[in-house]
Amino acid sequence: MGELRLMKGNEALAEAAIRAGMDAYFGYPITPQSEVLEYLTREGYNRTKCTILQAESEIASINMVYGAAGAGARVMTSSSSPGISLMQEGLSYIAGAELPCLVVNINRGGPGLGTIQPSQGDYFQSVKGGGHGDYRLIVLAPATVQEMADFVEEGWDLADKYRNPVMMLSDGALGQMMEKVELREQRDRTARKAPEWATTGKPVERDRNFITSLFIKPEEMEQVNLHLQEKYRTIEANEIRVQEMDTEDADFIIVAYGLSARIGHKVMEIMRAEGVKVGLIRPITLWPYPYATIAKAAEHVKGFLSLELNAGQMVEDVRLAVNGRCPVGHYGRMGGIIPSPEEVVEVLKDMYSKIQ
Amino acid sequence: MLEEVIFAGFGGQGVLSMGQVLAYAGMIENREVCWMPSYGPEMRGGTANCIVTVSSEEISSPIIGRFDTVVALNQPSLDKFEDAVKPGGTLIYDSTNIIDPPKRTDIDVVPIPASETAVQLKNTKIMNMIVLGAFLAKRKAVKIETVLEALRKVLPERHHHLIPLNEQALQRGGELAMSAVPVS
Repeated sequence: MGELRLMKGNEALAEAAIRAGMDAYFGYPITPQSEVLEYLTREGYNRTKCTILQAESEIASINMVYGAAGAGARVMTSSSSPGISLMQEGLSYIAGAELPCLVVNINRGGPGLGTIQPSQGDYFQSVKGGGHGDYRLIVLAPATVQEMADFVEEGWDLADKYRNPVMMLSDGALGQMMEKVELREQRDRTARKAPEWATTGKPVERDRNFITSLFIKPEEMEQVNLHLQEKYRTIEANEIRVQEMDTEDADFIIVAYGLSARIGHKVMEIMRAEGVKVGLIRPITLWPYPYATIAKAAEHVKGFLSLELNAGQMVEDVRLAVNGRCPVGHYGRMGGIIPSPEEVVEVLKDMYSKIQ
Repeated sequence: MLEEVIFAGFGGQGVLSMGQVLAYAGMIENREVCWMPSYGPEMRGGTANCIVTVSSEEISSPIIGRFDTVVALNQPSLDKFEDAVKPGGTLIYDSTNIIDPPKRTDIDVVPIPASETAVQLKNTKIMNMIVLGAFLAKRKAVKIETVLEALRKVLPERHHHLIPLNEQALQRGGELAMSAVPVS
């Protein structure tokens, strides 16, 4: 068993990054995730001699990530919604150049400068591509402080495996709340070798490595796109992660990720105590999305509720999966308001009575 | 076992830290724990609260609307959260500055003259530990000894001379809770 600590989600994320052998972090402060930069500035260099740099902006941060990833570094940036919006061009470039990196979004309420309170309003941006072109991010959605820590190394491993940027989509509540975390052991940062494609300097015995997302000839650009799409299909086949809770005998299923899944779990407990068979499907990867799990459940349940801290974004994917086989509702609060489980119970009861 | 409690008061009263100490003590006792702060601009001088869950099972939602215990350290918090106590639950409040006491009769109402007692103990910062002592006496979520162990781990070495005072405050709070009579 690893070391146990009581930590905020943001601190657990930062600590896990140091322990996973991060080479570099570039970021710019923004509430509610400034603890990440603060923690890393305090601990990072002193512990592993990794690079921790406060860039002049989020645009600079993501382009520093692009550069470090190209040089083969294990690199991360983190921000919150408005800052992540600024990074979209860079993310598209990184996806186009096929570079591995980890980008963390501690989602706050929007649109615009919005509010510093928790939200899941960035689902579309994260999973459908906030930047230009046909690219995909692997999107991991933690629901506990433990997962905020665990998904750092897992995110980098996925990024390395597919040479693809990985996004951890969390929110202000998970970033600020404290839970028990079991920390992994410190990895030897210097033991990890830069991949062979990295631009680390050309030795005599091989051709120079070249990293770009610019392919001016359309024939060439099409081939790059076809290769990317083939890679995305492989990721869809291999990397879907989903948690099912009490779905086998369920009459009704809540689909929710991250903080909403925790609320949904409580709703399920309350409803089950009253004799209503409610289950929960929690997508852990938001892309690739667990369509098949939801489709399978749609064969035996009477309805679904997509519970999200937004106006109804993931519900579109739930509907795609259910494909008209049963009713799919949505409930969410926006602008940084978090619904209480009791509030959702009332919504669910109302919806359930109409389906019966 | 499951204890869902909210600590609410003004920023600066030690509301967030008393919740953290409870969560830390829960962790030492091998419980599942979660500490969820309200945060944002209102923290600076306005109202502050944190929800703490201590459980022998996996914790579902960190955010809840009904509590086994509400601990209110000022009038606005009392007004806001009195209705959120589960029937049969406990409402502990600092009675020193309360004009309008709680009205519910289906819960255990525990007024504690915490601010006044803190003045008697010659350290107003200890008020939150008096209330935490009252909470522990009423709800037994964790042991007082574990809270002291948590304080030894959480507090920097230079503050360790304050631990006996904290212990005194926790015990005084417990005594006050057991002899408390609701205002009618």
